[in-house]
Amino acid sequence: MLAAIGVSSIEELFARQIPEAVRLRRALALPEGMPEQDVYAHLRELAQRNVSCEAELSFLGAGMYDHYVPALIDMLMERSEFLTPYTPYQPEISQGGLQVMFEYQTAISELTALPVANASVYEGPSAAAAAAYLAKLHNGRSRLVVSAGMHPHTIETLRTHAHGYGMEVVEVPLVAGRTDLEAWTEAIDEDTSAALFAQPNFYGAVEDAPALAAAAKASKAGAPRARAHARAGSPSSNGSAAPSTNPGAPVVVCQVDPLTLGILRPPGECGVDVAVGEGQPLGNRLDFGGPSFGMFAAREEYLRRMPGRIAGETVDVDGRRGFVLTLQTREQHIRREKATSNICTAQALNALGGVVYLAWLGRRGIVELGELLLARTHYARESLTAIDGIEALHSQPAIREFAVRLDGDVAAVKARCARAGVNPGVDIQALTGREEDRGGLLVALTEQRTRRDIDRLAEALGAAVAAEREAVAV
Amino acid sequence: MSGAQPETPLQRQRARTIFQKGAPGRRAFTCPALDVPAADPEELLPAQLRRREPPRLPEVSEPEIVRHYVSISKRNFDLDSGFYPLGSCTMKHNPRLHERAAALPGHARLHPLQDPARAQGALELMWRLQEALGEIAGLPHVSLQPSAGSHGELAGVLLTRAYHESRGESRTKVLTPDTAHGTNPATVTMAGLQVVKLATDEHGGIDLDDLRAKADGEVACLMLTNPNTLGVFDPNIEEIAAVVHGAGATLYYDGANLNAVMGFSRPGDMGFDIVHFNLHKSFTQPHGGGGPGSGPIAVSERIAPFLPVPLVVRREDGVFALEHDRPASIGRLRGFHGNYGCFVRAYAYICSLGADGLKDASENAVLNANYLLARLREAGVAEHLPLAYGELCMHEFVLSGGPMKRELKLKTLDLAKRLLDLGFHPPTVYFPLLVEEALMVEPTETETRETLDDFARAIAEILREAAQEGPEIAQNAPYSTPVRRLDEVAAAKRPVIRQAL
Repeated sequence: MLAAIGVSSIEELFARQIPEAVRLRRALALPEGMPEQDVYAHLRELAQRNVSCEAELSFLGAGMYDHYVPALIDMLMERSEFLTPYTPYQPEISQGGLQVMFEYQTAISELTALPVANASVYEGPSAAAAAAYLAKLHNGRSRLVVSAGMHPHTIETLRTHAHGYGMEVVEVPLVAGRTDLEAWTEAIDEDTSAALFAQPNFYGAVEDAPALAAAAKASKAGAPRARAHARAGSPSSNGSAAPSTNPGAPVVVCQVDPLTLGILRPPGECGVDVAVGEGQPLGNRLDFGGPSFGMFAAREEYLRRMPGRIAGETVDVDGRRGFVLTLQTREQHIRREKATSNICTAQALNALGGVVYLAWLGRRGIVELGELLLARTHYARESLTAIDGIEALHSQPAIREFAVRLDGDVAAVKARCARAGVNPGVDIQALTGREEDRGGLLVALTEQRTRRDIDRLAEALGAAVAAEREAVAV
Repeated sequence: MSGAQPETPLQRQRARTIFQKGAPGRRAFTCPALDVPAADPEELLPAQLRRREPPRLPEVSEPEIVRHYVSISKRNFDLDSGFYPLGSCTMKHNPRLHERAAALPGHARLHPLQDPARAQGALELMWRLQEALGEIAGLPHVSLQPSAGSHGELAGVLLTRAYHESRGESRTKVLTPDTAHGTNPATVTMAGLQVVKLATDEHGGIDLDDLRAKADGEVACLMLTNPNTLGVFDPNIEEIAAVVHGAGATLYYDGANLNAVMGFSRPGDMGFDIVHFNLHKSFTQPHGGGGPGSGPIAVSERIAPFLPVPLVVRREDGVFALEHDRPASIGRLRGFHGNYGCFVRAYAYICSLGADGLKDASENAVLNANYLLARLREAGVAEHLPLAYGELCMHEFVLSGGPMKRELKLKTLDLAKRLLDLGFHPPTVYFPLLVEEALMVEPTETETRETLDDFARAIAEILREAAQEGPEIAQNAPYSTPVRRLDEVAAAKRPVIRQAL
């Protein structure tokens, strides 16, 4: 091969191209390579030092949930044809992946009752940040009004990104577990670009989504002069579309838990403009937090400002139905600094898991699963709050997750439960840092947690709280 | 060859979505029985918050789902089946060990909010990966959090802003060469800064005079890929770093092309302050048809205080922890800790190869690219498809299809489409933008010499076919794929982006 190239050594290939001063003249300080079986043993040993949802009775949630992932999803996601291609730049040989995107978009559109969905973004919180950027491109305003009921990671992610594109984040507090409607209405002014809330919210409470959306649409931002703030020539491809309802209203963004949408009124029927969400509950593994996928759906008027890939239907030269990546003039590889987003690689394989899961659940299954979670959550809530030293943090409707307050240090109580093989949930204050969340525990259910498991949780948590109270009293 | 040819079995199989299959009442999922007392549904969830009609999801059985998705999977070309020399994408073999290791329940079913004390294996893995990436980059401080390359870029530009703001400076411009990936300028805009383009010199590197003229006190950063998207390692990199640092700006390394230099040269040693990695390129995370990816960043000492939170640290007692308390941090870029499943695979790869193996990988990537380039020249291809810049290349090279278009009436697009009939994934086409009819070829280290020979022959064959039998054959290609050329204009004009129900 060297002779064909016309060099005498591989070293010559590098020496002729890389200046000597920036060459690394020592070996990388990394361990030596290992044969496959040794690498497997090492990774297995690391895995064994993690307590997974298989190794304890887990009620952890707060954004990611231990749902059952059907075996057929593993099989399909590991198929070479889905696992190993790049983004479908050559549609003639990528019809499988493009059709999956098209089906996925259809499923997300159905689930959210919004007409357009993209082929996925990274994950939940950054999807909310992408929605905020869409709002910025849409109306050029600088303020994001955010319900304190959004996931703390979402709020932090919004702040990080908003600092980049020059927006401020204003937080609206909760009252009785839900977004304070009065404060929400008050906070939305003529500079408000987007108003964002979560459904159900971080504390498990089902928000009055129609009321929040309606209040945002009818807010002060609706005043006609607000349009003057819209920046002319904002970087968009085809953007003249003004909101169809109230021209001054902010973009209403709802972060949804997709698995609740079998029974919960969908964002599209609540007056929401953009729905985003963490896709993990739909057939994706926990994977210690990723990879999963972010959902992104919107009203038609936002189509040309959507981030990410979008698959569209067309025909080939012989008239056969086919699919392509479409509306690419939004995208970074065409539009460069004027793109609607910088996203390139998204989460196609995880979105495949999502659409296969939704087909597996099916039209009836997603409703049945929602009802089951609703009933078991009610049962778990009643069981736990009947225990001395445990009270409800709020009494709003809850579908699959609810918040309680423990009389005792949450970390200490959790440590006691761990000895009984139970992980009772997420320490709320550890995530939010809010003083009013002291003692808060977020308990999540999936269809994998039966009544017997809930009874075991009540027993373990009750004993742990009692023991902790006793220990403190002594 | 024409449309009059008989249809292949795959072509005959017209596309029908999962929503067009099944029948009412059909299903795969069995819901667990209600094992708790039934309650009043209205009390649990009031009607005005309830969904009235179920979402119109498919109604299909498990065998139907499996057959549907396995069938459409066969309408994809994939790396396991054939050569995929897609420039800038590093389509190297994806070892199956990585899938097996990532699927272990201790990794796959680990909840991200598990107490750190009960996730020590995962945190150790992340810490070890941080250490390894830091060593490879020559920049010791690493955050694994960004979700993909473009997300890493955004982190990098936000870090640059934070760095300058901490010094009381407000710098608004970011320099990017005209050869840069589209994600670079798009990122700059999202981070609230302005793009200033740099010209390319006749050798394919940055035009130093242009750089000197533009590197003023308003410049926050220069974003550079090295080797760049022309496959050229910038010979003036030391001078570039000196000019940029002299202007008080930072130097950002787009790690898309890291596969060329692992163990040979480190961005940190070249003078870069911030690097992003693409674990789905250099470190074999399978690309999944468009993700997942993972875009960790490594930074120098002066940038370290601003890294995203949380960071994985090893405490003095040897325990691994998530560090949140970093007051100067730019904050969080996403939920939880990043794409851990990708970390498992990338870490497995680094363990498998070790220091020598990583260097071998880059060595063979560069050898394969130069060998393929030589074979193309030997086969007479260079006459119509000359190398755009330089004599040798790093891990990829860019050919110009300009002469081919003029002499053979064959556009790069036609060549690419004809390659599909011959069983190859085409190279990246029409990028970088400054090369006429560009064809960007990256063979990677995991391809054999025989494959490279076959590919060179295929290109030569297409050119010969066009010269002898006319360009129409390639202009109407492909013929054998599940669908033929698709009407992309119509798709964008009247977008149909979901199945009508």
